[in-house]
Amino acid sequence: MSSPTPVARITPKETQARVAKSLRRRYWAERRFRFYGLAAVLLGIVFVVFLFGTIFFKGASSFRQSYIKVEVFYDPAIIAPNGGMPSAQDIANADYQAIIRTGLRKLFPQVEGRKDIRDLTRLVSGGAAFDLRDRVLHTAGLVGQTETQWLLASDDVDMLMKGHIERGTEAEPGPLNQNQVAWFDQLVKNDGLELRFNKTFFSHGDSREPEQAGVWGAVMGSLFTLALTLLLSFPIGVAAAIYLEEFAHKNRWTDLIEVNINNLAAVPSIVFGLLGLAVFIGFFGMPRSAPLVGALVLTLLTLPTIIIASRAALKGVPPSIREAALGMGASKIQMVTHHVLPLAMPGMLTGTIIGMARALGETAPLLMIGMVAFIVDVPKSVTDPATVLPVQVFLWSDSPERAFVERTSGAIIVLLGFLVVMNATAVVLRNKFERRW
Amino acid sequence: MTPAALLVVLVGLSLVAYVLGKSRALATVGGNRGIRNLHSLPSYYGALTALWCAIPALLVLGAWAAFQDAIIIKLVTSHMPATVQSLPESQLGLVINDVHNVVAGNVSFDNARPEIRAAAQEYLQLRSISRYALTALVLAIGIVGMVLVRTRISPQFRARNAVEQLVEWALIGCSLIAVLTTVGIILSVAFEAARFFGKVPWYEFIFGLEWSPQTAIRADQVGSSGSFGAVPLFAGTALISGIAMLIAVPVGLFSAIYLAEYAHRNFRAWTKPFLEVLAGIPTVVYGFFAALTVGPMLRAWGESIGLPVASESALAAGLVMGIMIVPFVSSLADDMITAVPQSLRDGAYALGATKSETIKQVVVRAALPGIVGGVLLAISRAIGETMIVVMAAGLAANLTANPFEAVTTVTVQIVTLLVGDQEFDSPKTLAAFALGLVLFLVTLGLNILALHIVKKYREQYE
Repeated sequence: MSSPTPVARITPKETQARVAKSLRRRYWAERRFRFYGLAAVLLGIVFVVFLFGTIFFKGASSFRQSYIKVEVFYDPAIIAPNGGMPSAQDIANADYQAIIRTGLRKLFPQVEGRKDIRDLTRLVSGGAAFDLRDRVLHTAGLVGQTETQWLLASDDVDMLMKGHIERGTEAEPGPLNQNQVAWFDQLVKNDGLELRFNKTFFSHGDSREPEQAGVWGAVMGSLFTLALTLLLSFPIGVAAAIYLEEFAHKNRWTDLIEVNINNLAAVPSIVFGLLGLAVFIGFFGMPRSAPLVGALVLTLLTLPTIIIASRAALKGVPPSIREAALGMGASKIQMVTHHVLPLAMPGMLTGTIIGMARALGETAPLLMIGMVAFIVDVPKSVTDPATVLPVQVFLWSDSPERAFVERTSGAIIVLLGFLVVMNATAVVLRNKFERRW
Repeated sequence: MTPAALLVVLVGLSLVAYVLGKSRALATVGGNRGIRNLHSLPSYYGALTALWCAIPALLVLGAWAAFQDAIIIKLVTSHMPATVQSLPESQLGLVINDVHNVVAGNVSFDNARPEIRAAAQEYLQLRSISRYALTALVLAIGIVGMVLVRTRISPQFRARNAVEQLVEWALIGCSLIAVLTTVGIILSVAFEAARFFGKVPWYEFIFGLEWSPQTAIRADQVGSSGSFGAVPLFAGTALISGIAMLIAVPVGLFSAIYLAEYAHRNFRAWTKPFLEVLAGIPTVVYGFFAALTVGPMLRAWGESIGLPVASESALAAGLVMGIMIVPFVSSLADDMITAVPQSLRDGAYALGATKSETIKQVVVRAALPGIVGGVLLAISRAIGETMIVVMAAGLAANLTANPFEAVTTVTVQIVTLLVGDQEFDSPKTLAAFALGLVLFLVTLGLNILALHIVKKYREQYE
């Protein structure tokens, strides 16, 4: 159309041609639009797969750990240097490093010289000596015996075994020097070095040495924190929801509470950490790093979620139930506790589990109240210093050792495992008990 | 008795009170046969007796436990030698800490200095007196409460109403905790922030371009006066949140549109939970992913085309944060789109619009207020997100708009200023609370605005 045509002169045929022409363009636009939508959905899915893939790829190997097979001779001369029957004191204080050294030298009799022997003993983790000590302490009659033990290998040996670090060359040695790499190869060839289930990872607390570090301390810390959070937030949340839904009259005051709860649900979690630091630690003088304070902060954090979910569950109970109960002469409290609450309970529990899952993954507010300390011991009560799983992930991700990358991913897998279990429980609960009225 | 043991005894006592109250009620009407003469069920009489036994005693116990230590310390310090009493507050705190350590058995008695030893002895003595007094008082209150209620029990006594009144008060108390939390946040953060603004003028904080919160350990240290200009932090937060929103809004919106309008029911049923998984992953996992996978990836990519990308670039943190927010945007947008009445779509189809034209020109426009509200909520989330930026963004306060450089954010600085040992009155620590106040106010404003818009929108189609 080079020259402008007056509108009135368009014939129906021309109109049809124009529409047909524009239709192609419009259908193309339609397809493009649809493609963008599909691409966005696929992008999200690809990301989920990629994220889980990398985490599992990096972390799966942390559940297995390298151990070195050593003939251990519990030499009475080392355990009780003064002769006689070794006392418990002797056994606790003996030089197990020397026992390990002797065992290793039996495997590699050709190794001579102070430096080489030191390099050789470094193949075994420093934690192996403590494992041996515990074994001798808890098993009677081992002293003087010889037995085959799988000793925990050092983190560098473990990483080389799993192929995570370079072997290095003479000119450019990796974390292990060339002698150590040669010994490593010999051990592998003689089946003296293998990957076995990583018991340490599931039974120990944190450590500076990656091969001795475990998630058990963090798991227990999370357990204490979450249990206390649940104990506080569930009754309070349900009570608040019952008041707002069943008792409160609609007025300015309840409006304020409602707006307040909705807003609290969207306040950044780190602000709750500031509150905990200033009020619980600064003002009330509670101990730092304790699950107690963590639980208080997480309670305040999860309360809005639980209240909102519980109110929705209460709203789902039809008014006829209430009217029937009141009609039979029940008081308002009886109506709620005998009829409405049991019917709303599954919904409330679902909401609570989801709130707990959120609390389990929460990190930032716990950093504020000092649950980020390096803690080796597994906590035994809610006032012991402790750390929790996500904070353990944060701490390990900061460590420079290559082996900690694997540990971090391993801890994430454990954390995600707990989350999957909790969310699956919530889904099952919802499907099983949800009633449509 | 220790407070914990006392608590157990009190629980036992209220169980006794329950039984006594119930039996008394039955006795007034001559056993089970006369039960219909009672105003309430017998268990209500028991419950009321138990509550009146336990609640006042518990309140006293709580108050006592909260203030006991402070009062004892006051008394102990007032008996210390004058030289100790005249110490400045911070050193006096150390002395008191020593006393606490000796009392707790962390430091042996023999190793302590004589004045501390004396103070610790006095502390222990006072504490044992206080415990005896507390035990006597709590038990007395419990018994008095129990006896008072029990003597008032008669067939006409409205026990159920009294119990229900107490329960209702408890319910009100629980719902007030949410309000108290907000008040607590505002008071604690604002109070510490006010102390900060007493040391650093507010205009320097809001408009200053230099952020280096170092404070001197010694008076003669070089560069001892930290500077607290927060503009680089605000800019960094805005940059990272902006990148995140550039990812989250289109991806979230398009996936919501696709799932709500185009997708087959089965496809929707499978993919929606899959995308919602993203919302359930802890942020620390995203942070790890951003720092160890996305960051190095971007860096390698930048090197391959000759672009200098910092290993802790704003881009890596922003990208991952954007992905984290996608399900948030998409689920809100989904709600809003499904709330648009079908009649609007039908009208558009009747005029000959294609599906995408209907969506673009009718559905999205009708849902726009709701979507905007959702996006505002998402922005508030991005601003307050902590772990991703702590792990993947930098610490250096650069004032830059280049996404390949490292920037720092408000939340990162709060964490770095407060993690580790700190004293409560240095401007460095207090600055974190000032940042927290800004963060709280900004997110609060965004939330209120967004919730208001969303609420207005929902009302429109109801």
